[in-house]
Formats: sequence, structure tokens, C-alpha cells
Amino acid sequence: MARVVRARRRPGTYGLRLLVLAYLFLLVAWPLYLVGRNAFANGIEDLVSILEDPDTVHALGLTVQVALASVAINTVFGVGIALLLVRYRFPGKRVLNALLDLPLSVSPVVVGLALMLVYNGRTGWFGPALERAGFTVIFSGPGIVMATVFVALPLVIREVVPVLQEIGDEQEQAARSLGASAAQTFFRVTLPAIKWGVVYGVVLCLARSLGEFGAVKVVSGNVLGSTRTATLVVEEKYLNFDRGGAYATAFLLALVAVAVIVAVIVIRPSRSGSKESR
Amino acid sequence: MSIEISHVSKRFGDFVALDDVSVSIPTGQLTALLGPSGGGKSTLLRIIAGLERAEEGRVEIEGVDATDLPPQKRNVGFVFQHYAAFKHLSVRRNVAFGLEIRHRPKPEIRARVEELLALVHLEQFADRLPSQLSGGQRQRMALARALAVEPTVLLLDEPFGALDANVRKELRDWLRRLHDEVRVTTVFVTHDQEEALEVADEIVVINDGRVEQVGTPDDLYDRPANDFVMRFLGPVTRLGGRLVRPHDLRVTPGAGDAGSVAGRVTRIVRVGFEVRIEVTGEDQVVTVNMPRSELLALGLELNAQVSVHEVSRSAVHSGRT
Repeated sequence: MARVVRARRRPGTYGLRLLVLAYLFLLVAWPLYLVGRNAFANGIEDLVSILEDPDTVHALGLTVQVALASVAINTVFGVGIALLLVRYRFPGKRVLNALLDLPLSVSPVVVGLALMLVYNGRTGWFGPALERAGFTVIFSGPGIVMATVFVALPLVIREVVPVLQEIGDEQEQAARSLGASAAQTFFRVTLPAIKWGVVYGVVLCLARSLGEFGAVKVVSGNVLGSTRTATLVVEEKYLNFDRGGAYATAFLLALVAVAVIVAVIVIRPSRSGSKESR
Repeated sequence: MSIEISHVSKRFGDFVALDDVSVSIPTGQLTALLGPSGGGKSTLLRIIAGLERAEEGRVEIEGVDATDLPPQKRNVGFVFQHYAAFKHLSVRRNVAFGLEIRHRPKPEIRARVEELLALVHLEQFADRLPSQLSGGQRQRMALARALAVEPTVLLLDEPFGALDANVRKELRDWLRRLHDEVRVTTVFVTHDQEEALEVADEIVVINDGRVEQVGTPDDLYDRPANDFVMRFLGPVTRLGGRLVRPHDLRVTPGAGDAGSVAGRVTRIVRVGFEVRIEVTGEDQVVTVNMPRSELLALGLELNAQVSVHEVSRSAVHSGRT
């Protein structure tokens, strides 16, 4: 096992640490702290008022629903695609691998516009047919979920792939030779082994889904009380000079994301304990 | 015959792993697949287990055509070089895995697991995780896990390859005794000829994707089918135009008769109770092994003129009693 070798503490070490801390503080901690402080600038008044506003509550509820749906979809497909990438050889694998990173590199606004072009009910490539079948995508729930799934697509995959590579496939082969079917092997052997990779991927995916703005703004239509999500509420309130409401909503969004990540760090076994020598 | 392999071929890309291999493996015996790394022996074992598919040929296990059966339907036990322990399960649950899959009643599983843990001497480690065991203990656990489902055949892929020399020797003896007790048809892969000679009832020598020879350890050692088997099973040296074993040679001072090689002693190395002597003749260097006592009795020293000849096995025998 590689043990972290402690470097000799020279003045340079402290200087470097200070630099990193200052960087993180100015970029992440201080701005986030200010959001929290502004959210409580008038005590809990702003928080109470957004929670009493049915439209904001609806937006928060919609965001949670969309996030849960897209996390569920991304988890199932993410684990499936990770297994495909690691355990199988097929033509076009490198292309698929490269395509999977596309959602991280393309701007969410572009994702939204692309979905519009395909699923738009009037002029879209596929939209009118779906509309005639009674299924509306754009300016409705499915469109928001699709946009969110798209932008958070690689997160579960990229967490699970290295874990799958590390555990190798011998445990799975052993399970098969002991009589386990493919499904039994997956649920009894593979899934427990990649559990923490999946959990971490889910958390990142959840945080990303809660916070998605650009793609959702394009495809949702931003209809008050219907397709307006929490991030859109933040923007709307901010532009309408309801700073308190904007900060309070932003605080709630950040709180959920941070809480989930903290929860995982707390319950996750320490790295040295979970990694065993073979 | 327990396992019948006929005309099996397998390639990985351009590499031919197995080339038209046919072998019969007898029931109830401990058979070794022996050969150099990359010779195809592991591939053959994995084809028997169903973990790899043969491109051509058939595999029959206890009279059942298994060629197209998936691994979980073959009822084989497989033991991997790196144990393949289920890291998230305790030793007890690892051993119980195959029985739980088969939905056996709980009390039966409990009893069987206890029995197996006793067999592999791991009773007191039942509730530990694999990461808390040594390599040898993990491999014994893997063996108990494979035996739990009462497999028709037990397959071991370089089972002691990842262990250090002492543990390897110990487990080797233990496997032999275990097999005498359990009597399940067992095939194990090894590249260590000493391991194969010591443990196996029968040895299949595989090289370059082909079977070089099949036989008992005595057959192979005393009557190797070709130079490859001769070289692979033990030390060899060249005497005249033939390959011979260095300990089948005799050295006599002075010039010898026809059929012997004359030369000068150019090197004497003591290896424990044995002595290795190099005799340099006109056009070759012959290596001879002999007990130290023999060297002292002959009074050989460096640069002595000697002749070397081969003694037939029976002559060696009578000569030393």
C-alpha cells in the first residue's frame, strides 16, 4: 500500500498551503458564505416568504422531481454503460468513450437548443410526431428531465469505470463458476464491489441536476407555476430586484447539494480501509 | 474418462493459444497441465470451465457435452491464481456463496460451511473478511468455496503461483492430502515442473498450444517423448549428440572407453549436499551432478583428466546399493 510520505516542513510548504487556502477561500468559501449571509440578511423572513409562495414551492418541488428522475436514469444507464466500456470489446468503443464526455464540454445552452431542434412540437425533427401521439417534450416535464439527464450523463460513468477496472473481472468469473446467473452476479458481487463509486457518482449527478440552469431555461419555457425550476426562480427573482428571495432560494439549492456531499464523506469508509491488497 | 477434450482450438487475434488439442482426463485423479507461460494451459483450463469459448472442438464433462453450456451450468469448481475472493463478504459467506445461489435450506448451508471450514483449517477465521487473511489462507478459502457446491471437477489455475516459496510447498502437500480425502477429479495448471511431479497422478505437458506428452510423473521423467519434455522436466546436459540428465552421468579418472567423452574438470560447484562438475571436452562442456561423498571418493580436482559416460538407470541403482 502506498503510504503518503510526509514532506519535510520548510517555509515553502507553509507558503504553498497558504496559497491553496487563499485560492479556495476567495473562489469558493467566501462567495458561498455570502450567499448564506444574504439569505439571512433579514433573519428568516426571506426564507419563510419563499416557502409561503406557492409558485416558488412548486418550482422547488419540480427541481427535486426532475433531479430524482434524472439521477435514476443516469444511474441505471451510467452503470450499464460503464460495464459495457470496461467488460466488453466492440468496434466503436473509443468513439463511444469520447462521445460520453461531450455533455461536459458542450455548453448547456447548446444542449437546450439541440433538444429544441429535435423535439420541438411544431418544427422539430421528431417533435410533431410525438405531439400527435399525445406526448409533449419541449416546454414540459420530459424536456426538462432530458436536458438534465444530458448535462449530467458522464458523472456516474466516470466514477464507476475506474472502480470496475480496479476490481477486475475475476470475482465475477468466480461467481459464474459457482452457479450464479448474470443478474445474480451483478447484484451479489459486482454492485457491492462498485457501491462507493456508484454512490459518489449519484451524489455528483444529484448536485449537478439540482443546479442545472442553461439547458433547462431553453427547453422548459420557464412558465411560472408550471415549468419554472428553482434555478430559474433564482434568476427571475434576482432580475426583479427581489434579492432576498433570490438569495434564499439559492441558499436552499446550495444547502441540499452540500449536505449530500458531506453526508457521503461522513459515511464513506476511509480510503485505506476500503482498498484491500489483493 | 471424466473430461474429454477433442480437437479444441482457440486464438486471440493472431496468437494461436490452442491448436487442435485433444486430451482425456481421468476421473478421480489429480492431473497437472504443465508447460511454460503462454503455452495455452490456462486457456485450456478456462475452456473446460466455460470462462472461455473454444472456436473449434468439443468439451465433454462426465459424459455431458458441455461445449455450449455457460459456466454456471457446468458444475465445475474454479480456483484462481489471485484468489478472486468476494471482498465484501466474510469467509463464511464466501464459502456459502454457491449454496446460497442454489437456495439450499439455511441449516444445511450452515452445516456444510462448518464442515468445509474445518477441512481447510479456517474455522477460527469464519467471520473475518478476506482482506484480513494471508495469501495461503485466502487460497484455502477459495478452495473451500469451490468445493462447497460439490463440483464434478475442480479446476485450479496456478493456485500457488502468487504465494511465497514456503507457503507454496506447504499448500502443495496439503492439496495432495486433501485430494486423497475428497477424491474429486482435479485439474491444476502450473509452470513449475517440481510442483507437477510431486503432486500430480498424471501430467499433461502443453507447449505452443499443443500437447507434447501425457503420462504419469515417472513416464515423463524417465521416458520423455521429445527433447522439449526432457528439458522442461528437469536439468539436462549434452553428452556427445544426446540429451541426458546430469545425475545419470558418471565420471572416471583418466581416459574412458568408447561412448564416453574425455575432458578436463574446469569447474566444481558445491550446491548443498550435491556437487556440480563441469567437464570441458574437445567440443563441448558436460555438466555432471554427484553426491559430495562420491567426489571425495574419486579425489577429483580442478584440471584433472577424466572421462564421462552415462549409466543406465538399473546400473545406477545397483551401483549405489
